[in-house]
Amino acid sequence: MKRSKQKNIRLLFQVIYTIVTNGYVYGYLTGKIYKGNLKYTCVPGLNCYSCPGAVGACPLGALQSALNGNGFRVPFAALGFLFIFGSIFGRFVCGWLCPFGLLQDLFHKIPLFRKRKQLPFHKVFKYGKYLVLFGLVFAGSAFLFTGFVKIPAFCKFLCPSGTFMGAIPLLGANEGLRTQISGLFYWKLGLLLFLVLLSVKIYRPFCQYLCPLGAVYGWFNRFSLVQIQWNKEGCTSCMACKRACPVNLSPEEISVSAECIKCGQCVDACPEKCLKMHNNILKKR
Amino acid sequence: MTFWKKISNVFHKIPLWMAGVVVGVMFLLQGIHGGQLEDMYRKAVMICLECIGIG
Repeated sequence: MKRSKQKNIRLLFQVIYTIVTNGYVYGYLTGKIYKGNLKYTCVPGLNCYSCPGAVGACPLGALQSALNGNGFRVPFAALGFLFIFGSIFGRFVCGWLCPFGLLQDLFHKIPLFRKRKQLPFHKVFKYGKYLVLFGLVFAGSAFLFTGFVKIPAFCKFLCPSGTFMGAIPLLGANEGLRTQISGLFYWKLGLLLFLVLLSVKIYRPFCQYLCPLGAVYGWFNRFSLVQIQWNKEGCTSCMACKRACPVNLSPEEISVSAECIKCGQCVDACPEKCLKMHNNILKKR
Repeated sequence: MTFWKKISNVFHKIPLWMAGVVVGVMFLLQGIHGGQLEDMYRKAVMICLECIGIG
């Protein structure tokens, strides 16, 4: 009973956050996007700012946009948002807030196939997100692709959230855009379908292997405000937490690992109540 | 206790997450000062066909 209650609370959080940050209904109806003052700020999750419902800016989109400007400049504003969200939440954003994480969670609930937590060669593939971060977000945006013309390489070639939340609703409502579809769109649509179908079997493949935002927040996980605390003394090493953990982390790794999305399933699974969600407001280094 | 040790003790009492937030706020203020928030807004209120993989 309690286990399902915790899961329901997280699902409720994810749904409410998605609705609040994508609540511009007029945009979905007309194929236009929100242009109000809230777009001066970034939202914590991967949320395409070209989504007709989006009321905030995507931190990765903002980062690439700043890198794409004339000349090189440090993208202070986007980095500022990433530091603030990362220091407070860490990858709690991935587990409890991100709309694309919610989509993958929902597909993983479909009772098809034998579920797997990770891909084979997980220990190698998990570094894919860092490759995407440095190869597409930083280097790609700055100059790598198409000679020295700067483009938002991650958004353009990879981001499935942009396809799902931006391109598809816009194409549905805006007839003019449909005439501009090129091969690139079919590549991105194929990638989105592949990732969504893969998430039926594997838990959150995009978050575990490709998401550059998760890679950034992962660096903050160890010391972020929101933590899962492990009481080592009371632990009987029954590994119930590891079995419950959707990304297969042991109790020593939970919360401090860059892979932990702080979903809290380990907290519910622990029979000795050695794990608990808490904030480290008063915790010193 | 020397002056630098006192300073060091003060800094060690600050949780790292709070230091991260402070750094973030400083970055954000620097970004606002450099007009980056306006640039971000300008980009975020246009449908970026390139960004969503249409154009």
